[in-house]
Amino acid sequence: MSGARFAASFAALGALLLRHRLAGLGALVLLVVAALAAAAPLLPLPNPDLTDLANRLQRPGAPGHPLGTDHLGRDLLARLVWGTRLSLAVGVFASLIAALAGSCIGIAAGFFGGRTDNLLMRGIDMLMAFPYILLALAIVAALGPGLLNALYAVAIVNIPFFARSVRGATAAIAHREFVDAARLAGMRNWRIIGGEILPNVAPVITIAMSTTIGWMILETAGLSFLGLGSQPPQADLGSMLGEGRNLLINAPHVSVVPGAMIFVVVVSINLLGDGVRDWLDPRLRAGQLSRPAAVTRIERADAGAAHRPDGALLQVRGLRTRFVSAGARTQYAVNGVDLTVDAGQCLGLIGESGSGKSVTALSLLGLAPSPPAVIGGGRVYLAGEDLLAADFERLRAIRGRRVAYIFQNPMAALHPLMTVGAQLTEAIRCHRRMPRQAALDEALGLLRQVRMPGAAARARQYPHELSGGMRQRVGIALALANAPELVIADEPTTALDVTVQAQILQLLAQLRRERNLALIFVTHDFAVLSQLCDRVAVMYAGRIVESGPTHDILARPAHPYTAGLIRCAPRLGGGRRPAAIPGLPPAADRLPRGCAFAPRCARRREACEAGKVASTRLSAARRVRCLYPLEAA
Amino acid sequence: MTAAIEARNLSKTFGGERRWFGRARPPVCAVREVSFRVAAGETLGIVGESGCGKTTLARMLAGLLPPSGGRISVDGKEPRAGAGPWGGLVQYVFQDPLGALNPRKTIRQIMHAPLRHLLGMDAPAREARVAELFDAVNLHLAFLDRYPHEFSGGQAQRIGIARALAANPRIVVLDEPVSALDVSVQAQVLNLLADLRRAYHLTYLLISHDLAVVEAVSDRVAVLYCGAIVELADAAEVFARARHPYTRLLADSAPVPGRPPAAAAPGELPDAPTRGCAFAARCSRADAACRQRAPEPVYTRKENYVRCFRPLETPR
Ligand SMILES: Nc1ncnc2c1ncn2[C@@H]1O[C@H](COP(=O)(O)OP(=O)(O)OP(=O)(O)O)[C@@H](O)[C@H]1O
Ligand code: SF4
Ligand code: SF4
Ligand SMILES: [Mg+2]
Repeated sequence: MSGARFAASFAALGALLLRHRLAGLGALVLLVVAALAAAAPLLPLPNPDLTDLANRLQRPGAPGHPLGTDHLGRDLLARLVWGTRLSLAVGVFASLIAALAGSCIGIAAGFFGGRTDNLLMRGIDMLMAFPYILLALAIVAALGPGLLNALYAVAIVNIPFFARSVRGATAAIAHREFVDAARLAGMRNWRIIGGEILPNVAPVITIAMSTTIGWMILETAGLSFLGLGSQPPQADLGSMLGEGRNLLINAPHVSVVPGAMIFVVVVSINLLGDGVRDWLDPRLRAGQLSRPAAVTRIERADAGAAHRPDGALLQVRGLRTRFVSAGARTQYAVNGVDLTVDAGQCLGLIGESGSGKSVTALSLLGLAPSPPAVIGGGRVYLAGEDLLAADFERLRAIRGRRVAYIFQNPMAALHPLMTVGAQLTEAIRCHRRMPRQAALDEALGLLRQVRMPGAAARARQYPHELSGGMRQRVGIALALANAPELVIADEPTTALDVTVQAQILQLLAQLRRERNLALIFVTHDFAVLSQLCDRVAVMYAGRIVESGPTHDILARPAHPYTAGLIRCAPRLGGGRRPAAIPGLPPAADRLPRGCAFAPRCARRREACEAGKVASTRLSAARRVRCLYPLEAA
Repeated sequence: MTAAIEARNLSKTFGGERRWFGRARPPVCAVREVSFRVAAGETLGIVGESGCGKTTLARMLAGLLPPSGGRISVDGKEPRAGAGPWGGLVQYVFQDPLGALNPRKTIRQIMHAPLRHLLGMDAPAREARVAELFDAVNLHLAFLDRYPHEFSGGQAQRIGIARALAANPRIVVLDEPVSALDVSVQAQVLNLLADLRRAYHLTYLLISHDLAVVEAVSDRVAVLYCGAIVELADAAEVFARARHPYTRLLADSAPVPGRPPAAAAPGELPDAPTRGCAFAARCSRADAACRQRAPEPVYTRKENYVRCFRPLETPR
C-alpha cells in the first residue's frame, strides 16, 4: 500500500471511529486494559500468588489491598491485572491459531475446489456437528487440564468458523478474472494464493477475528471456571471467578471483580470489532445499508419561478439532481433537463453510462435514493400537476398507477419468494380494491398480453424459475398492471440476448399501439431506440444536448456529439471501422464551465469554453445545445 | 501451412463426476464437438447468445480450462507443461476490464507479472518493455503507480490489453472486450485492437454477442448455438447471406436503425440439448429427419461449414 493511500485509509478509519463513538469507546477501554495488562511486571503490585491467610477476604479499600483479598489472602488487584494479562494473551493466541488453521483450510478448500474442498469441508462439518462447549470439554478431557490445552481446545472449536467464512470469500475470488489473468501471466498456484488471493481475503479474516476474539476469551474463562484451564495458583479471569463462586454470599467482591473485568473486556472488544467490520466492509462504509427515504429530498432553489404547463402529458422543465455525500465531491448528475412527452408518444432518452439518464428517469417520481440524491430545482408536470410539489401520499397514488417503471434488471423489481401471479395480483389490488379472484383473472390476462407462453402455469412459478426474457415480460406486465398513462423503461433490453431483445422490443411496440401508451425509453443504443421511438433526446453530462424526431436526427444530426454517437457504433452490414469519439465523458463532479463536450469536439472554438451554452431552436420540432451545430437553423 | 490455432472436436461437459458424498449432478454439455482452424494473422469472430458456451470455449482455448474431449494445437504443437498455460503463447482479454485487475495491486505490479514469470526479464528490462507497451495502447506512464479502482472501464481495458501483449503472444482471445464499455469508448478500443493486430502480427479470437462488432472486426465468423458451431463463414457473408436458420434469426433480430423490430422469433435457448438438431424446436424448416439425428458439418468452402440438413440457399 502506498503511503498516501495508507494515510487516507487511516484518516477514513479515524472518521469512522468518530462516527461510531461506541467503537471508539471500546477501543479506548481495551487500550487501557491491554496497557495495564502488558505493564503488569512493571507495576508496583504485590506477588499475585503470595498467600497471606491472616489477611484473607479483606473487603475492597482495605489498606494495601485496593480491591481486597481472596480466600487465601492474595491481593485481588494484582491477581486481576495478571489474570487479565493471561486471559487476553490466551484469547489472542487462540484466535491467531484458529485464524491461521481455519484460513489455511478455507483457502485450500475454496481455491482448489472439487475433491479437496469436499474432503476438507466434510471434516469441518464433523467438527461442527458437536455442540461447541462439549467439544471443547472433550478436547481438554483428552489432552488433560491446563491452560495451554484449554487454549488449543478453544482454538480448535473456532476453526470451523474461520474455515467456512474464508472458504466462501476465497471461492468468490478464485473465480474472478484477475486470477485467470495471473495464471496466464505464468504465476503458479502458491504464488497466486499468496499474491492474489490472500490480500483479498485478509479483510474477511480480520473481520472474523474481531468477531470471535471476545468469544474465545469467554470460552477460555469458562474452561478455567470449571477448573480445566489455568491451574492454581496461576490466576486467569475464569479461574478467579471459579474460586469466588463458593464465597458469593460472604465475599461477593472476590467474584464480582473478575466478573466485571470479563464483562468490560468482552464488551469493549465486541464494540471495537463492530467498528472494524464497518470499516472493512465497503457496503457499510459507503452507508449503503441505510434505507433511503421514500421520496427524494427536494431543495428547489427556484421554488418561486413557476412555469405554465401546457397540454402535454409529461413536461419536465429545468430538472436538476445532484448527489451529496459527506467526504466526497458533489456529483452533478442532472443539470437542467427539459423533456416533453405527449399522450401516446414514445420518447427515447439516449446517452452514455453516467450521463444521467437513469437519475433523470428516477427523479421524475422522486425515486432517486436520498441520501445522497437531492433534487435541486425544476418542475415535473404530469398532466399539469407539479409532482415535485406533491406529498408522499399523492406520489404513492401516482407511482405504479399512472406512471410505471420497467427496469434493466427485472429481478430487481420482482420479489424472489412470491410467485409471479401473486405479485401481479398484489400490484393490482394495491391500487384498486377488488376480490382476489378477479385480480388473479386480470393478472392472467396481463401475462397473456405480454405474450407469456403458458401464462396460467407460469403464474404459479417463482421469478428464478423463468428465463431472462420471461422475467422481463413479467416486469412489463407489472408495469402495465394498473393501466398507466406513462411507462418509463430504463434499458429494458440491455441485459437480454439479441433474439429476446427483438421479442421484447416488438412487444413494447405492440402494447404502445394497443393501449395508446406514452413511453420514455432509456437506452444507450441508437439502433434499439430507432425501432421504437418517435422522438429522441440526447443526453450528455446531465443535459439534453439535442432533441427532435428520431428519423430526422438519425439522418441529419446537428450536435457533434450526436453525430459521433451515431457513427461510433458499428452497424450490421454497414462497412468496416466505426469512427471513435476521442477522449472520455467528463466526470460528474468536475463538469467544465462551458460546453461539456468541448474537450472531445472537433468543431470547438474559443466561445465554446467561455460559458454555458444555451439550447436553441433549430426547427419547429428540433432543439440543439451547440454554438456551431452541424445543421443550421 | 499450419494454422495458428486449431481446435478438433473440442468438447466440455460440466458436472456428472462422482462426488465424495451426495449425488452427482447431471452433466451439462457446454461445448460440443467444436472444430476450426485459424490462420496466422486472421481474426475469427465467435457469436452466440448468453449460455451458448462462448466463454467456456474461450477459456479452453486459452488453456484455463481442461477440455473433456478433443484437441487444441497452437502452431501445430500440443500444449506443453511450463510457466502458464501455453507458455504465454495464448493470452486473454477479459469481458470485465476492472474485474481482470487485482484491486490490491498497482498497475506496475500487474504489468510486470507476465514479464517476470513468463519471460524472466530483470527489472530495468521490464520497465522498458512496459513503457513500450503503454505507448502502444496510448496510456500514460504515470498510471503505473495507481490502483485499478482509479481507472475508467476504457482505460482499464487498455491496461488489460497491454498486459495481454506483454509476453509476446501469438494468439489473443478477446472475450467480449468492449461490451462493458461506453458506446463512445467501444470504438476507440476496437480500433486500437485492429491497429495492434497489424503491428504485432496477432491472431485474434473475438467473442461477442454483438453481431455488428463481430462483423466489423472479423475475417471469419463462427456462430455458436447450444455449444456447437452451427455455421462458420466469411464475415462479409455470414449475416448478409446466412445459410443456417439460426444465423438468419440472429441477423434478423439485430436492431438496425430505421428497420422496424423483427417479427417475433419464437422460443429461447433450450435448457437441455434435445435429440437431433438442437435448433429444431425453433426452426421453421425443421422436419422429421431434423428431430431424429444431429446434422453433421457440410463444408461450403474449404474451411467453412454449416451444420444443417436444409440450409437456406438463396441470399436475401
Ligand atoms: N447513488 C449515487 N451516489 C452518488 N452518485 C451517483 C449515484 N447514482 C448515480 N450517481 C452519479 O450520477 C451520474 C449519472 O448517473 P446515471 O445512473 O443517471 O447514469 P446513466 O446515464 O443512467 O448511466 P448507465 O448507462 O450506466 O445506466 C453519474 O456520475 C453517477 O456516478
Ligand atoms: S458548443 Fe462548441 S464544443 Fe460544444 S459541441 Fe458545439 S461546437 Fe463542439
Ligand atoms: S437441421 Fe433442420 S431443424 Fe436444424 S436448423 Fe437445419 S433445418 Fe432447422
Ligand atoms: Mg442507467
